Amino acid sequence: MQQFIMTLIDGINLGSVYALVALGYTMVYGIAKMLNFAHGDIIMVGAYTIVVFITRLSISVPLAMILCVAFCALLGFVVEKLAYKPLRHATPLSVLITAIGVSYLLQNLALLIFGTNRQFIVRFIDVGNFNLFGVSVSGISVIIWVTTIVIMIGLYTFIKKTKLGRAMLAVSEDKGAAQLMGINVNRTISITFVIGSALAGVASILYSAKYLNVDPYTGSLFGIKAFAAAVFGGIGSIPGAMIGGLLIGLIEALTASYLPFNLNAASDGFAFVILIIMLVLKPTGLLGKKNTEKV
Amino acid sequence: MAMLTINDLHVYYGVIQAIKGISFEVNEGEVIALIGANGAGKTTILHTITGLIAARSGSIIFQGQKLTKTPAHRIVKMGIAHVPEGRRIFSHLTVYENLQLGAYTRGDKAEIEASLETVYRRFPRLKERKNQVAGTLSGGEQQMLAIGRALMSRPKLILMDEPSMGLSPILVSEIFDIIKSISEGGTTVLLVEQNAKKALTIADRAYVLETGKIVLSGNAQDLINDESVKKAYLGE
Ligand SMILES: Nc1ncnc2c1ncn2[C@@H]1O[C@H](COP(=O)(O)OP(=O)(O)OP(=O)(O)O)[C@@H](O)[C@H]1O
Ligand SMILES: [Mg+2]
Repeated sequence: MQQFIMTLIDGINLGSVYALVALGYTMVYGIAKMLNFAHGDIIMVGAYTIVVFITRLSISVPLAMILCVAFCALLGFVVEKLAYKPLRHATPLSVLITAIGVSYLLQNLALLIFGTNRQFIVRFIDVGNFNLFGVSVSGISVIIWVTTIVIMIGLYTFIKKTKLGRAMLAVSEDKGAAQLMGINVNRTISITFVIGSALAGVASILYSAKYLNVDPYTGSLFGIKAFAAAVFGGIGSIPGAMIGGLLIGLIEALTASYLPFNLNAASDGFAFVILIIMLVLKPTGLLGKKNTEKV
Repeated sequence: MAMLTINDLHVYYGVIQAIKGISFEVNEGEVIALIGANGAGKTTILHTITGLIAARSGSIIFQGQKLTKTPAHRIVKMGIAHVPEGRRIFSHLTVYENLQLGAYTRGDKAEIEASLETVYRRFPRLKERKNQVAGTLSGGEQQMLAIGRALMSRPKLILMDEPSMGLSPILVSEIFDIIKSISEGGTTVLLVEQNAKKALTIADRAYVLETGKIVLSGNAQDLINDESVKKAYLGE
């Protein structure tokens, strides 16, 4: 029982971070209609900024965390401006290939600067344990959950209630009609990238605080699983990204600890098997919308 | 001087020329009808005015300002609203959210609220359904929403692309009454219609378009009685 609850907690931790990254995928897909395959690598960049700011430059932790998010947001802005914006009217395939290129570029830059060795990160968020129904839960887990929930609600409120959020929804449905409302579509897409990248920055802080290491490929597998989470939940749907992230995290944690020894190494792949089954049963994902436009 | 002046406009889709040197004008307070068969280029002209398509050459001047170089999202603010072909409401958003988006370029909350009330007074049906998701409205209600959304920007000139398309005869009459009352409220109207007869009855002047060129123009009353128009567009 004890072990089962620990596994669930692990799964929720992992799943929360997946959810934050999946949010970025889903927002950018929903609004710009593109798969930003470089999105996962922003996690890796964020984790390296933590290494640099905290370990190497000894900047105070709160400031380092703010700088990390700001750096990720800036990176999203620059990547969008240099790599994706010039392709606004190109075919989706060119954009996809460019995104894969950007992903490799970021990984190789990290290799060049930091080498292939795994960098260890000091325990920069250190809080005591909590007692939850007789199970001791690490403070960092609680921080991960609270942050994820707050961000999820904040983002949902932002999109539903603010003018800019509404503009994003309009752009996501019909760019031409959005322009007729006076919405600057290009700027709205850029802002979406910045928000998505900032969320990846937050995810990178949580990831670093929990797993305490990073290498140039950290973002790649992580990004693919977060992408699977976004598709699982229904790409374009914000609650879908949340649920998809949690499910993928839980499946991964459960298979890793309960599958027989010779199979548990495959826990990485198991999430994808579930994804494929899901897509066969419901191609739009769990909460994906069908198009309901009337003509 | 005219409110909107279009001079020797040429528009292409790739190598296909859709508009072949068109000139016309719209004066303040007028209702102008643009009629023509399928594929004549009516929608293309409206899209070029509001910047969704770029012109190859020629000029569009609105109240002394050149539109051909203005990005689409700035044109609403200058006072032109567009009720697009096929309505293009935001079907996942509610009626209220659609109307708010119509006022996107406006700042003053109190005045936006006042415009909202005006639109609700004109379309009581929209008020009843303000929290309904727009995609679930009936065709006629969607058309009213598209018109209401355009009015939310408080336009000086409103462009309407086949507002009566796909509606029952009763609703068609209702929509034309609405267009008339929008015009009486002081908004200039440029109306594209397949329903030439109805359009000519409410228009002051009209232009007849054939494969990218204006072939006939004049007072709407004269055109209704014109033999060639009767034959080609009024089905008489
Ligand atoms: N996106 C496009 N790509 C290529 N050709 C186009 C495109 N849109 C319109 N055309 C062509 O331009 C011409 C004019 O089209 P337009 O839509 O302006 O006609 P219309 O008068 O509005 O017709 P309808 O009454 O059927 O709406 C047509 O020959 C059409 O095939
Ligand atoms: Mg048309």
